[in-house]
Amino acid sequence: MNFPILSILILLPMVGVALIMMLNRENQWVIKGTAMAVALLEFAVSLPLWFWFDSNTAQMQFVELYPWVPSYGISYYVGIDGISLLLVMLTTFITPICVLACWEDVQDKVKEFMICLLFLQTGMIGVFVALDLFLFYVFWEVMLIPMYLLIGVWGNPARRIYAAVKFFIYTMVGSLLMLVAILVLYFYNAKVTGVYTFDLLKMYGLNIPFEMQFWMFLAFGLAFAIKVPMFPVHTWLPDAHTEAPTVGSVILAAVLLKMGTYGFLRFNMPLFPEAAWYFVPLFSILAVIGIIYGALVSLVQVDLKRLVAFSSVSHLGFVMLGLFSYNMAGVQGGIIQMINHGLSTGALFLIVGMIYERRHTRMIADFGGISKVMPIFATIFMIVTLSSIGLPGLNGFVGEFLILLGAFKANKIYAIFAATGVIFAAAYMLWMFQRVMFGVVTNEKNKNLKDLSMREVVVLLPVLLFIVWIGVYPNTFLEKTKASTANFVAYMEKAKATKVAAADVIMKGDQR
Amino acid sequence: MSIDIPTICLTNIGPLITLSVAGLLLLLFDAFSGKAIKKAHFHQFSLVAVAIALLQTVLLWNRQTSDFSRMIYVDNFSFFFNIIFLLGTGISIILSVHYLENYKKNYGEYYALMLFAAVGMMLMAAGGNLVIIFLGVEILSIPIYILSGLFREDLKSNEAALKYLLLGAFSSAFLLFGIAMLYGGTATFYLADLAAFIKKNGMNGYTYVGMGLLIVGFGFKVSLAPFHMWTPDVYEGAPTSITAFMSVGTKAAAFAAFVRVFLEVFPSVRMEWDLLLWVAAVATMTVGNVTALAQTNIKRMLAYSSIAHAGYILVGLIAGNQLGATGILYYLLAYTLMNLGAFGVVIAVARKKDSYLNIYDYSGLAFQYPGLAAVMTVFLFSLVGMPPTAGFLGKFYIFSAAVQAGYIWLVIIAVINSLISVYYYLRITVIMYMQPAEADLGPVAVTPVVNATLIISALAVLLIGIFPGAIFQLAMNSIKIFGS
Repeated sequence: MNFPILSILILLPMVGVALIMMLNRENQWVIKGTAMAVALLEFAVSLPLWFWFDSNTAQMQFVELYPWVPSYGISYYVGIDGISLLLVMLTTFITPICVLACWEDVQDKVKEFMICLLFLQTGMIGVFVALDLFLFYVFWEVMLIPMYLLIGVWGNPARRIYAAVKFFIYTMVGSLLMLVAILVLYFYNAKVTGVYTFDLLKMYGLNIPFEMQFWMFLAFGLAFAIKVPMFPVHTWLPDAHTEAPTVGSVILAAVLLKMGTYGFLRFNMPLFPEAAWYFVPLFSILAVIGIIYGALVSLVQVDLKRLVAFSSVSHLGFVMLGLFSYNMAGVQGGIIQMINHGLSTGALFLIVGMIYERRHTRMIADFGGISKVMPIFATIFMIVTLSSIGLPGLNGFVGEFLILLGAFKANKIYAIFAATGVIFAAAYMLWMFQRVMFGVVTNEKNKNLKDLSMREVVVLLPVLLFIVWIGVYPNTFLEKTKASTANFVAYMEKAKATKVAAADVIMKGDQR
Repeated sequence: MSIDIPTICLTNIGPLITLSVAGLLLLLFDAFSGKAIKKAHFHQFSLVAVAIALLQTVLLWNRQTSDFSRMIYVDNFSFFFNIIFLLGTGISIILSVHYLENYKKNYGEYYALMLFAAVGMMLMAAGGNLVIIFLGVEILSIPIYILSGLFREDLKSNEAALKYLLLGAFSSAFLLFGIAMLYGGTATFYLADLAAFIKKNGMNGYTYVGMGLLIVGFGFKVSLAPFHMWTPDVYEGAPTSITAFMSVGTKAAAFAAFVRVFLEVFPSVRMEWDLLLWVAAVATMTVGNVTALAQTNIKRMLAYSSIAHAGYILVGLIAGNQLGATGILYYLLAYTLMNLGAFGVVIAVARKKDSYLNIYDYSGLAFQYPGLAAVMTVFLFSLVGMPPTAGFLGKFYIFSAAVQAGYIWLVIIAVINSLISVYYYLRITVIMYMQPAEADLGPVAVTPVVNATLIISALAVLLIGIFPGAIFQLAMNSIKIFGS
């Protein structure tokens, strides 16, 4: 396998950026068309990943390794396993949807908007495929800039700047401490093995003293926990989500938050396994608090977008709980729930965006009886709502079920408390749906709303397809992650059993 | 009785000679040509001189010796710094042209003084003897005193010049007194002999006092807290082109001497000075960043930011290892490009009589002048230390050196400081991209040459940020002279 698919995925959006830069800003349609073409091409290029992926091995696949700063042991090292495969696919899948979704929405500074969007895609793919700590850090930081601009330039005029700066600074707090931890790890590795390298896979199974693990787990953990976001460092999220333009919220929810959970799975836990076991109670309790707190706060929101934003806190709490159970069901559930949340919350943000475009309000109280005026919209909205609640047959159920199963095996108390989150979810989502969609049309302005256009249906249909697919036959996706997850779980078990992460062979990827 | 006449190879100081001669010629042209020779050609003449000096430096690369009875070191360390100084001088000259015309202050001596200052910088980087370093400091400082007072009618410019002169005189006195103390303790001015003496006999009372006074003297020049008081006022009052020149050139030169003296002479007593510098670094970063938060004048903001950057660079010196020294060299090169770039944009936007220096004057710039705003954004993100810019790599190298040397808390404090700096750099991008123009900005005229310079600087900042290998290797080669 010598065809550099991953590098193409990273570079293609940048080519798109260069192309769009050369276009005349007056030709909005050409710009949008170019962005769409690049995004679709990107998706097409990513498809072979899915089909050629060998799900029987936990080794890194599609690996590319070139020296970058050899004197420092920095290399351009990319590759994917089952965990990153799904997230990469999610990214390439969601971007064309986003471009299409903002087709009419964004009228102002279209050129810059599309540049930011494609630039962001490069960063996101890079984060998920990087296997070199330095490379990872670069992508992790780079991706901040376009997102910051998306929120700050195209957000809601009233508070966009506040939200953008808050987003940026919160993320930087975590990532700068992570940088220090990366450096400490780098020099520790060099001291022990005598090799100066940022190669992630070589650092797995490094026998790090517990005290050091303790601090480094916290340093990495803070960066990722802010991104997830876990209670109590979630406060940037409602602001960023609410103020961002629709597409910004979609990408934020669908992909950016997953970087936090992915970071825990790829970096925190395998690098510092002893500390990872040590911190199970703390992080599980924070996850459970997040689940319940997010749900309760959603219950009292008057703003649709804010409600969806807080529901993210709750959903991501489930993911974290699943990951920290360190068993097959929990971790697989966590991974599939990352995808689920990307799909259903992404779709919810799209839906909220569509209704906002028509009414220029997001207050629940301004709506009511919409289902009579917009039947197609109502149907789709209902399906997505149910998926978010976790109705059997739709994707949310699979993820939450597996997570609760895993959590129950690991610790019954967390699972019991977390399960109440499912009930709360039903409460806030259905209550919201009822107030928005059912009843009589009380507001004059709602009487003549247009139903979804063809374009909007096309935007939502692919998402719906996967919502049902995962719900009915999750095995398509679970089998891709199976080997990697089993490997991870075995690794964590071994770390627990020996309390030393001497398991050097396991988790070690393809070192070609 | 026979007198040994030392052999002298003039090519070793070729760049210095070129710049000195060019400076003198400019003065002569200015004095005797009357109106005959157009002053418009002066900057071209000086640019040619800078280019020749650059070429000479490149040709000298890898020559390792000392000359003028060991007074001057001829080594890659000084060449690397020469490149930084020449880049800084060249870009500053390009940025000056339009600025001076706006002010109708196109005096011939302006460029001559700049060239002399560059000679001073080179002497500081090459000095193998404390007296030469002191001479370098003076040759550098005196032209800059004059240049910061260039606008005679402007009170602020006067204030800047006077303040810089007074405080600069103090710092020179401290430096000189320190040198005297070291001489008193060891009976030599030569760095190599000093090092040998201290290695053999250890420190004594005089050398301790001397070392402390050297820290004070250099601390003034690189604006370490608590010796930074002059920086904001001088930076604000001086002509912007000179502020730009000073912020990169003086700082780099002072760091060159600082690094050379401390890593060559005092490595054996690292324990004695690193605590002192540790405190100074933390104070410098914190004072610079926290005060910059409150600034609304962009020149003052950049002044405080330059104080903060001195703090980061000092972290590399405290680390005291190969990596740290390499990091300092890399950082100073990156800093030269990004800071000059930022000042270039400031000059372009400020226009006539510096009337647009408030940060809110940048509102809406991104959509009136997208190119200008884009390069400014690159420079600002580089100053923040965001990948993939040179600024990030600089910080990365310096912080990793400090981690390697075990100064983890210092690095944590430094990254917290970087975080604070995010806010004020980001605010400029917020204003440029996210706020509508408060008043019509009017036409911003940027000459093609300045335009090209800014774009090339921005590309260079990105390029050496993405492919740092080559520069890193050069810097690595340049610090081989330090043993440890």
